[in-house]
Amino acid sequence: MSAANASLRLLGSEMHLIVGRRRNQAGILVLAAVPILIAVALKYSSPGHGRGTGFIASATSNGIFVALSALTIELALFLPLAVAVLSGDAIAGEANTGTLRYLLTVPVQRTRLLVIKYISLVIGALIGVVVVTVAGIIAGGIFFGLGPVTLLSGDQITLVAALGRVALAVLYITACLAGLAAIGLFVSTLTEQPIAAMITVTIISTAMWILDGISQLDWIHPWLPVHYWPSFADLFRNPMFFDSMRQGLLVTLGYIAVFATLAWARFAQKDITS
Amino acid sequence: MTLAPAAVATSGLTKQFGSQMAVDGIDLDVPLGSVYGFLGPNGSGKTTTIRMLLGLVQASAGEIQVLGSDMPAHVSTVLPRVGSLVEGPAFHPYLSGRANLVRLDAADRFADPRTSRARTDAALERVGLMAAAGKKYRAYSLGMRQRLAIAAALLMPRELLVLDEPTNGLDPQGTREVRTLIASLASEGTTVLVSSHLLSEVEQVCSHLGVMRQGRLVAQGTLDDVRGGARPVAEVLTTDVERAASVLRDLGLADIAVTPNGVRATPSDIDPARIVAALVHAEVAVRGFSIQAPSLEDLFVSLTGEGFDVSG
Repeated sequence: MSAANASLRLLGSEMHLIVGRRRNQAGILVLAAVPILIAVALKYSSPGHGRGTGFIASATSNGIFVALSALTIELALFLPLAVAVLSGDAIAGEANTGTLRYLLTVPVQRTRLLVIKYISLVIGALIGVVVVTVAGIIAGGIFFGLGPVTLLSGDQITLVAALGRVALAVLYITACLAGLAAIGLFVSTLTEQPIAAMITVTIISTAMWILDGISQLDWIHPWLPVHYWPSFADLFRNPMFFDSMRQGLLVTLGYIAVFATLAWARFAQKDITS
Repeated sequence: MTLAPAAVATSGLTKQFGSQMAVDGIDLDVPLGSVYGFLGPNGSGKTTTIRMLLGLVQASAGEIQVLGSDMPAHVSTVLPRVGSLVEGPAFHPYLSGRANLVRLDAADRFADPRTSRARTDAALERVGLMAAAGKKYRAYSLGMRQRLAIAAALLMPRELLVLDEPTNGLDPQGTREVRTLIASLASEGTTVLVSSHLLSEVEQVCSHLGVMRQGRLVAQGTLDDVRGGARPVAEVLTTDVERAASVLRDLGLADIAVTPNGVRATPSDIDPARIVAALVHAEVAVRGFSIQAPSLEDLFVSLTGEGFDVSG
């Protein structure tokens, strides 16, 4: 069997583990519940209430904005938490159950295991983002209908073009979460306690949000990946505005390079005593 | 040292954790085709040694050859030929036994996915776990878990099996099945390195023996070689303990000890007939007399020291 096929088979097995686990299935339901909650809340709140700004303000005019609102809200905690949970399982979880030693004696070469674990984390993040988006579009469509979309800049584009931009947003957000997943993978090589890894990654992403919210620390903001996460909103202007997202992807790439290297340096030589 | 090719050979293998010497310069020699019993009390360094052989833990010093290749440099070509059970079974609790095996099979670059089903079934069949294959691992008893771990080691044809405490948690029936399994694997030409504290098991199934104590290999060789180093014991069954003991002492027997049923001593090369004659002559009421070759257990205790304390 070719090396590529063998790696695909292991990746398939990883995804089977992730998706088949009850806890993760429950997590997917939670992610999907947020856009539904938003749609219901907007539908039944009195029009007298302020509608807020940005996507939320537009949500009652077009269902697509329910998905975008949900993505904005879940980026603060739920999506990073999902990445944190999966990274906790990746290496620390396998070490905790002892299955890591059996994977390595199969043998799965350590670098290969890290690469496949990382890809599975990114796919896991993609699944989370897609779930939020699709649930948002469905719930928004049911409550507020779908149609030509009036952008934040005031222009109108067709529904199909808007869905294309939503797909771009999904990819951008997944790329952002891939940066967090690299941090998560590294943290996961440091401990044999999946919960400890999960909490650490959640703290890191939350701390970044807090730092990003303190304007006195604006010199640090350009180096915080989360600073660029909400920039996917730029996709819903006319013309699309890419500067901030490009910057975001560059910073994310830097984080991936640093933390993937750290994870490798740590894991390749580590004594597996669990 | 033997000249036969070795399945496992180490020289000066050492592992230090911080200030603690877990394994202290051992020269393992596991001949191809042998069933090698790896003995030692808890904490004597057996599992650390096994982890080094499998590339899980890096040696602090020394060299390792497994199936003729240097380890851990050749992990990816050596380990596919090695099946292992390290420090007890470990599987995903929420997957079934079969799904866990399929998971490990998927991780093996050399395993053909088209034969995966047949091979997992054959492995489950071989350890008698077929009936419980669909049950979640978390519902397995310790014995079933142990069987599943052995099945995992048998997913692919192996030249060497490294089994760390394979009978741990098994009932007597299961223990006997594992013994039979080891014997049948050995008869197919697989070299088996089995660590155990169940000495009678090792005695029945092994051709070679290595004994660890506090990180050192204190004895190694064929079963007879190692056992030859220990002296037989004379036992006198009598109620007349004190007189019997004094007769034995006069004859020059060593290590005289009182047992619940009489007296025990090491006769060295004193003729047993002379001992019996002397006892009768001294009018000791002898109800029985025997010379026993030392059991492996006695040997083990003499090599590793008595007592329940784990070596630190």
